[in-house]
Amino acid sequence: MNDEITHLEQEEAGVSSLAAVAARHGSEERWGFAAEQQGFAEQPVFTVRDLSVHYGKNVALKGVSMDIRPRRITAIIGPSGCGKSTLIRCFNRMNELIPGARVDGEILYHGENIYAPGVDPVVVRRHIGMVFQRPNPFPKSIYDNIAFGAKINGYKGDMDELVEKSLRRAALWDEVKTQLKKSALDLSGGQQQRLCIARAIAVEPDVILMDEPASALDPIATVRIEDLMQELKQDYSIVIVTHNMQQAARVSDETAFLYTEVDEATSARWGILVEFGDTGQIFTKPRDKRTEDYVSGRFG
Amino acid sequence: MATATTLSAGRRGRKGAGRKGDSLFAIFAALSGVLILLVLAWMVVSTTGTALPVFSSQGISFITSSEWRPGDGQFGALAFIYGTIVTSVIALVIAVPLSLGVSLFLTEYSPKRVKGPIGYCVDLLAAVPSVIYGLWGVFVLLPIFLQPVADFLAKYLGFIPIFKGPASGLSYFGAGVILAVMVTPIITSLCREVFATVPDSDRHAAYALGATKWEMIRQAVLPRGRAGIVGATMLGLGRALGETIAVALLIGSAVRLDTSILRPGYSMAAVIANQFQEATGDHIRALVGVGVVLFVMTIIINMGARALVWRFNRV
Amino acid sequence: MSKRRTPALGTDRDAVPPTGEDSGHWAGGRMAPGLSLAECRPTRRRVWRNRRNSTLVLLAVGLTMIPVVLILYQITAKGIATMDWEFLTSSMPFSFRREGGGFLNGLVGTLIMVGLASVVSIPLGVLAAVYLVEYGKKNWLANLIRFFSDVMTGVPSVFVGLFVYTALVVQFGFGALMGAAALAIIMMPIIVRSTEEMLKLVPNELKDASYALGAAKWQTILRVILPSAAPGIVTGVMLAVARAAGETAPLILTALGSYQLTAKLWGAPISSLTLAIFDGARNPFAAGQARAWAGALELLIIVLVFTIVARVVASRSRISR
Repeated sequence: MNDEITHLEQEEAGVSSLAAVAARHGSEERWGFAAEQQGFAEQPVFTVRDLSVHYGKNVALKGVSMDIRPRRITAIIGPSGCGKSTLIRCFNRMNELIPGARVDGEILYHGENIYAPGVDPVVVRRHIGMVFQRPNPFPKSIYDNIAFGAKINGYKGDMDELVEKSLRRAALWDEVKTQLKKSALDLSGGQQQRLCIARAIAVEPDVILMDEPASALDPIATVRIEDLMQELKQDYSIVIVTHNMQQAARVSDETAFLYTEVDEATSARWGILVEFGDTGQIFTKPRDKRTEDYVSGRFG
Repeated sequence: MATATTLSAGRRGRKGAGRKGDSLFAIFAALSGVLILLVLAWMVVSTTGTALPVFSSQGISFITSSEWRPGDGQFGALAFIYGTIVTSVIALVIAVPLSLGVSLFLTEYSPKRVKGPIGYCVDLLAAVPSVIYGLWGVFVLLPIFLQPVADFLAKYLGFIPIFKGPASGLSYFGAGVILAVMVTPIITSLCREVFATVPDSDRHAAYALGATKWEMIRQAVLPRGRAGIVGATMLGLGRALGETIAVALLIGSAVRLDTSILRPGYSMAAVIANQFQEATGDHIRALVGVGVVLFVMTIIINMGARALVWRFNRV
Repeated sequence: MSKRRTPALGTDRDAVPPTGEDSGHWAGGRMAPGLSLAECRPTRRRVWRNRRNSTLVLLAVGLTMIPVVLILYQITAKGIATMDWEFLTSSMPFSFRREGGGFLNGLVGTLIMVGLASVVSIPLGVLAAVYLVEYGKKNWLANLIRFFSDVMTGVPSVFVGLFVYTALVVQFGFGALMGAAALAIIMMPIIVRSTEEMLKLVPNELKDASYALGAAKWQTILRVILPSAAPGIVTGVMLAVARAAGETAPLILTALGSYQLTAKLWGAPISSLTLAIFDGARNPFAAGQARAWAGALELLIIVLVFTIVARVVASRSRISR
């Protein structure tokens, strides 16, 4: 489980500075970039290359590069306003819904740039699901909420079965199995969020993005979501944004720490990736001082 | 400065003028409010009272018969009731899809730069007085659109009873079209408000599942707005029912009931406007009676619409 | 549940479920090794439907814009042709056939009747709104007034005219006062509702500050609350005035219309700009119709000026609906 990367391979793969740092320190657990020997499923799910996001004239994120591994939970943490949500929304091209947004750089999904000209965002979003901060079920029945994604993507199998399977996977089936026709808005907050997870799962993505999925929920519901995430990661790659450091430490396998950089002259602010690595290492032996300050609670 | 005067006035007022002023003012204000109720009540009483002799002499045939012969004392308003309903239905059939399209465009499709001007133009349409719509309708819309379209419909679809010729631009159809133009801004602006309240997170939820824009609208926007859309339609209907001048100029003023929409007819408001100036005695009472029937219809529709819109707002 | 998940093979038409699971068939594409995102397109049907509906929406917008543009353009074009100083300053010629003359009688009538109606309905309407917001609030009377104000805004204006006819004209004859009464009844509920909305926006802190200084309620209302809500109230009032200036049907029944320029307030029929246009629209002679267009232009300018100024005032003071 030590790195087999040669410097040559690093350059070829265009690895970020972080990986270079990792190679230097040699304590990073790296998966092999010798992808050909491993299955499709072992390549990084995402490779972010020099990603920058602009909203109009303002820069929101600059120069982010990292790799997201499959079937892990990757957390993105950082002080508020540092661009965590912006970053996660790049993975399924949701930033494009904001007028004036521009994305530079690349995000490779299984080796293919999702921002390439020929790629339809509708297709991207189907493969990369998202759960939002506030549960946002459609004002329809529980059944219709889950069936919607499947229907538009042309599911031809047994819909009832798909609904049941998705609800089971989201640990919601037992609570609602007799009330599938009930309006989704009648559920509690925690149940609605699990419904949103079930809805995202129904279209069979292989990544689930979660933008602060438990921040609007009470502690008990939060725990259930976190347990659910542990189950889900066996089948899906999960990227989660959270402002709750304890949650990141509890739940994730790897963590990315984002921070705000300020240009003294223009007082423009943007987010950068400071450190990325194994969660245990980030929280116990952070390499950057800013990381250390943040995780030790010196500022938040 | 206001503060200084208020201060000194207040000090004085505490003892006398202020208190008395307060109660007097409160009474005036309450009376102004009550005035509305009184006027409305008086409205109902006065008109019904005036029309009562005709109601009693005609009985139920006032609304079931279409024999309207003032000279003979025969007053059956069915033709007018029919015409009011038909023209309003035609107006809604045209206006509701148009309004939905425009309001969806303004909330979901249009870039910011275009949204303002187009929204503004639609609102301006609502401010144009109905007599101007009527004038334009008669001299412009009629020759270049209404008559040709009516002729076309009668020629190719004339086997269907509602399109039977000979076609006239001055007809239920003509009045319905101009009503549609007048009612579209109302329905559009209400629907815009309704769609604007849909939170963006709902839209994003649909997009995140890989929905196209139309799929998103169907799933996230339209369902939430259903009650509001119906309420908006009913308010538009209420306006169409009561519209007088534009209809009077375009409906053809024929005191008969026709199953073809391409033939001239009459509406309740139009007959009042057109026949009033020459009417005397019982004829006038009958026209007032027609007004009462119109009032009742409009009130029912409007109260239903408000109830729907209020329920939507509460949710 | 530790099944290995590998993405399924998928193209537009067929799909093979991932190992160990039956996920059914997906008509949309799915990514797979050897397949790229660019090769996975949404089904043609979805794309077509999306495009078709976007086109329909654009069509609706286009169709709706046509009357706007046409009306504005043609009224301006045809009206300008006849509008001249003579038109603005003289009244109807004796015979319809004759060219020349103008709608001064109508303009004067409109000014008189709308003016009278405003003098009555604005203070009463604002006062009623003050009652609703400052005194009655949510009690039964206030709710009743609110509800019936809403009902009144939906009453057809021709019915209001009928009412004034049966209640007043029968006794006192046609005239400017009667017309003004009808217009006032139409204007008042509009002013009450819009003023109420504006008064509700006045922050409580402002009122508290005034009370804390020892001001009586009526003083607070007159000196603090009303001035603070003034721009919004003005907006609502101007829109009500524009509406009244454009009314025709109630005036047929109360003012009757006249070809003479008169300023008598009661006892004699009087014209309005709208009535004059209405007559002109039914006129078989070209000269009469030409005058109608010029009158329409005149009326449109008045109404649009009021409407646009009202909106500008509203947006300047950043009042939100």
